[in-house]
Amino acid sequence: MDQAKNLFSIFFAAFLINNILLIRFLGLCSFFGISNHMETSIGMGTAVIFVMMISSAVSWTLYHFVLFPLHLEFLRTASFILVIAALVQLEELYIKKSLPALYRSMGIYLPLITTNCAILAVAFLNIDYNYSFIQSLVYAFGVSLGYAVVILLFAGIRERMSGAPIPKLFQGYPIAFITAALMALAFLGFTSMFGF
Amino acid sequence: MSYKEDFVNGIFRENPVLRLMIGLCPTLAVSTSAINALGMSIATAFVLIFSNLFTALLRKIIPDEIRIPVFIIIVSTFVTISDYIMQAYTPDLYKALGVFIPLIVVNCIILGRVEAYAYKNPVINSTLDGIGMSLGFAIILTSIGIIREILGAGTILGITLFSPDLAAIVMILPPGAFITIGFLMALLNKLEKRDI
Repeated sequence: MDQAKNLFSIFFAAFLINNILLIRFLGLCSFFGISNHMETSIGMGTAVIFVMMISSAVSWTLYHFVLFPLHLEFLRTASFILVIAALVQLEELYIKKSLPALYRSMGIYLPLITTNCAILAVAFLNIDYNYSFIQSLVYAFGVSLGYAVVILLFAGIRERMSGAPIPKLFQGYPIAFITAALMALAFLGFTSMFGF
Repeated sequence: MSYKEDFVNGIFRENPVLRLMIGLCPTLAVSTSAINALGMSIATAFVLIFSNLFTALLRKIIPDEIRIPVFIIIVSTFVTISDYIMQAYTPDLYKALGVFIPLIVVNCIILGRVEAYAYKNPVINSTLDGIGMSLGFAIILTSIGIIREILGAGTILGITLFSPDLAAIVMILPPGAFITIGFLMALLNKLEKRDI
């Protein structure tokens, strides 16, 4: 029971309270870059959930069964990024071959994900927080779901905003940042939800 | 390009954060105070300058097909060095910057400069380009840090300017970062318009 409660709090802390985009500021390049359309946001959101789960599992295993026993912790940065880059390539090949419908919806976003700092950050944080294998999977799921939900909400707002009368100086990126600020303000409201 | 042009290019015309919209994550996340911003700027500058220098030195012997993995290894070597140096000599700063130090490896500014410039240009030009780009990044990062620290805490580099009761605490919370950069971009739009 205690363990279930622990996993539950890890999930909600990652999903809402420390939202990866609005509170922790990770993965922002893609957040501002591709959130002007609903369909692209859906594709990116699913791709992030998929890749983040798999890369967390692989990087956790790599660290605890290879790097740590061999005292090679200093290779963490180099090995994680190479493994994630290789993994994304493999996943792309696999999905293209066996799940063509999924590939059509998220195909072009898969290579972009290699440079999405949120993926690498979650791999590091799983190690820094001393999570067990199950905990790190739950954490990765919470983080990536938080990413997908926020990018969808943001894309919805930006689509509505394209027809709104915005001062000339603020058109484009400036108004997008102000919108994100208001969303971050709303997400701060979750902070005291579980007494963290 | 002349040496002077290489140097000035990164500070104004191709300023990474405000013009090219890259390197956003560290800019927003670590600019809560001037000292954090300065520390991050120095770490990024170290990695960028040395990655540019070594890529330019090795550019004739790196095979074209595998250049990206080679760049990643060069960059992550210097990231690991700065990670360990900061952990040893500036533990407080290291704790404040947290996961963003190893994440310098996926900072688009660095891989972008290495690929677009250092791989094609001689050593001295590439080093100057690295210094200029780092300065452009540092100026923006530190000015955002100073603005947020003054408005949010009433201090500058730890020296009290006015009573913290008068400060708007939201500026050092996550929404403050989005607001500051949104208004800075609007300001840049205004300045540009006057030039034309």
